[in-house]
Amino acid sequence: MSETEVKQKKDKKIARVALVLALLVASGLLIYAVDLLLRPKYMGTVTEGALTAEYYEAEGRHQVLFVGDCEVYENFSTVQLWREYGINSFIRGGAQQLVWQSYYLLEDALRYETPDVVVFNVLSLMYNEPQNEAYNRMALDGMRWSASKWNAIKASMCEGESMIDYIFPLLRYHSRWNELTSEDFKYWFTKDTVSFNGYYLRTEIMPAGAMPPAKPLADPNFGGYAMAYLDLMTELCQEKGIKLVLIKSPSLYPHWYEEWDAQMVEYAKAHGLLYINMLDIAESEIGIDYNVDTYDGGLHMNVTGAEKCASYLGRILVEKYGVVSARGDEKLEAYWAEVEKRYDEAKNG
Amino acid sequence: MLFTSYKFIGFVILLVALYYVLPKKAKWPLLLLGSYVFYYFAGWKFLFYIAAVTVITYVAGLLISRNKVRADARFAELKALEKSGSASPEEVGKEARKRYKEAQKKKRRLIMTIGIVLALGILAVVKYTNFTIHNINGILSVFGSTKRLGFLEIALPMGISFYTFQAVSYVIDVYRDRHEAQKNFFKYALFVSFFPQLVQGPISRYGDLSKELFTPHKFSGRVLERGLQRVIWGYFKKVVIADRILTAVNALIAAPATYKGVYVFLVMMFYALELYADFTGGIDITIGIAEMLGIPVKENFERPFFSKNIAEYWRRWHITMGTWFTDYIFYPISVSGPMLKLSKWSRKHLGEKVGKRLPVYLASFIVWFTTGIWHGASWNFIVWGLGNFVVIMISQELEPLYRKFHKKVNTDGSTAYKTFQVGRTVLLMSALRLFDCYRDVPLTFKMFGTMFTTWNWKTLGSGTLMHLGLVRSDYVILGLGTILLIVVSMIGRSGSVRDKMEKKMPLVARWGIFTLLVLIILVFGAYGQGYDAAQFIYNQF
Amino acid sequence: MDELIDILKEIHPDVDYATATNLVDGKILDSFDIISLVSEIADKFDVVVSAEHMIPENFNSAQAIWDLIQKLEDEE
Repeated sequence: MSETEVKQKKDKKIARVALVLALLVASGLLIYAVDLLLRPKYMGTVTEGALTAEYYEAEGRHQVLFVGDCEVYENFSTVQLWREYGINSFIRGGAQQLVWQSYYLLEDALRYETPDVVVFNVLSLMYNEPQNEAYNRMALDGMRWSASKWNAIKASMCEGESMIDYIFPLLRYHSRWNELTSEDFKYWFTKDTVSFNGYYLRTEIMPAGAMPPAKPLADPNFGGYAMAYLDLMTELCQEKGIKLVLIKSPSLYPHWYEEWDAQMVEYAKAHGLLYINMLDIAESEIGIDYNVDTYDGGLHMNVTGAEKCASYLGRILVEKYGVVSARGDEKLEAYWAEVEKRYDEAKNG
Repeated sequence: MLFTSYKFIGFVILLVALYYVLPKKAKWPLLLLGSYVFYYFAGWKFLFYIAAVTVITYVAGLLISRNKVRADARFAELKALEKSGSASPEEVGKEARKRYKEAQKKKRRLIMTIGIVLALGILAVVKYTNFTIHNINGILSVFGSTKRLGFLEIALPMGISFYTFQAVSYVIDVYRDRHEAQKNFFKYALFVSFFPQLVQGPISRYGDLSKELFTPHKFSGRVLERGLQRVIWGYFKKVVIADRILTAVNALIAAPATYKGVYVFLVMMFYALELYADFTGGIDITIGIAEMLGIPVKENFERPFFSKNIAEYWRRWHITMGTWFTDYIFYPISVSGPMLKLSKWSRKHLGEKVGKRLPVYLASFIVWFTTGIWHGASWNFIVWGLGNFVVIMISQELEPLYRKFHKKVNTDGSTAYKTFQVGRTVLLMSALRLFDCYRDVPLTFKMFGTMFTTWNWKTLGSGTLMHLGLVRSDYVILGLGTILLIVVSMIGRSGSVRDKMEKKMPLVARWGIFTLLVLIILVFGAYGQGYDAAQFIYNQF
Repeated sequence: MDELIDILKEIHPDVDYATATNLVDGKILDSFDIISLVSEIADKFDVVVSAEHMIPENFNSAQAIWDLIQKLEDEE
């Protein structure tokens, strides 16, 4: 073989390898596109599932981060915090978001920024093991890939779930092919923003009625697994110089037991943290009127209730923790102006 | 590790990658290690069974081989001695040599027999003990005894029916001098345990498989592509078709009181499709994986549903099992001394016609009985096997009648007649498979009968089909999938579909087609949560 | 050899055994035929065809079958 022949052969081989690589990429993209199409969109209904991902689109450093379950993302108006105190905050909350999920979502957020204060709603300590696949997916699918996401999934998986279904969501959602709606096509590649910095706004009013009687507690203590993650959260905040505030949001149900409250008081004392049981002071100090400030009979706040809660908590953040107004930053002002516009539209229907 | 588990897919990717990365010397040991890892996942206890069968048949093969070499040498020596005249003719003459040869052969036969009995003994104990106990208890109760024997608690080791048969064929083939014994124990262990075919065959012969099994193969894009194509096609059959229709089949079988008449016919058709897609799909995956490693494995199917009669069907369905039974049971029995004597005797006393057939029929009977019980230790499988025997015998007996018919009516090359034959075979085989579905002999007969007594075909249109765990879109997929199966089968009649694609299509087009197929599997496959119940049907045999 | 052809003709009269070389591989003789053949051979030639000789190569043509008989006779 002459030298040119050798070279030709080599060129041919390189071209072939390049072609195969290009085809691999093309196939990968095609499959990814189908994957995106089949994932639940959480746009029209069950919009809670869209919350986790919206964190990455928000503007600026957040001075305050909320983590927790529905008692945070429905009960605190981030817009109110901005309007009244100039506080740039975000709620990393999700439906029945478990303690370890809150922990890893916080860990994930700390990869991008370091807030001044983290507010954690303690209700989810009542769950000591993974609960429900659907809620897992809503809390975790929106996370960007990182060690935190991996660990969050590992900590959260119920029986029958597997990591690979999270890595390749198509494997989990493929059977949705016969349930696809126009929504899936509309939001195939782009999504609307449904929350207001993690706050989920509701305007309906449904006065609180009688709650079902509280069942006696089998074990008055929170589970060890859940508490271990609270410890981790405390340590993480300490390490990063972040102040951690524990709250129990003023939702009337699930029942918040005295025993649980006592444990939280104890825990806060032992770790030098602030613990606010907002239930106790809901009417007297926060000014909640359970006849008008809830949209589902006292389980969650509507927008007026959420504004009252935010107003109350904001004052503490400013007075006790010295959170200062972030107003004046042009980009941030523009960003919030846009959020406020959406907020007012949604609020005033 | 099921073929359809993520674990298995990851395992195969890793193994294939390692195979091509590792140096030549490490390639076949990697396959051995991989095979045992694969088997370990089925249950570590099962490793003892496969190891025992391997050791037994390895030693038997080696002893036979050694004896043969020694006997041949001694034979030549005796011949030389006779020539030189240094020994008496009584000791080294032709007669003496013949005696020596026969004696040695007898020895080898003894070793073979011991090896086979031990290997099959393990299979018999784990597979048939409880069946035997069950029947003994049945007999006891018939005689009014209240005594009952207790059952053994043994799980059937995965693939034991397959690897035992493979190992037994090795010993016999060494005895028959088809090939030498494998001296390297680990190489032999790889032959017995080669993982892709461990679960459901094909049952390979050492002479075939060993040609490439231990050869270190260099990476080739073409080899990889072709293997991968076959694997993808197998997954399509298995995941899109078999695992989907399985839901309906199970629903129909689970409620025989509800689903009578036309639904029994539905079971026949659905189960035919399920079994075909499941079994041939699994074999496609098996052969495809071996091909990716550069190792050709014997085909196990040849478009069986296009067969014109049942005998032909059995030459085209599960081929390696059929040839195994032919080579190691049917022939040995039918040409054995006693059988030839019986043939002679019966010809004399019962006439030429009967005498000629008796040995063949007797051997066939034994083969089909064994085939039945090999599929499962229960009466429904035995009756199923014997059902095949009866149908084949009847069609054999009707042969002269057919010939007369064909003399009068010219059917040569008639598509309509061929279609009739193919349809007849499919119906007959599907009807026999009802024994496999209902797993209860009287019930199967009863259900079969309802097809002719219960005229409920009208209810098919009233939405019952939607109560079988499948929705309209499932049936659409099944329909389209089946059409694709048939079309590909038709194309395959005139030669390998992959060969044709390679010749006629550029890489980009082939790539496009298989990407599409992968997408179809990923999206329309019946897998993931809610679809866990499916196991390869042949797993349990 | 003629005797053998006669036996074969009895089994399948319409095959040209002088030229056919794929009796087994071409599925002209099935296992039934082969068994009849073996028992006929045992009768007429007084040789025992045992299971180990039952491979397609030994039965694919009349010549191959004849060779097998010769070989077995030699061994006797």
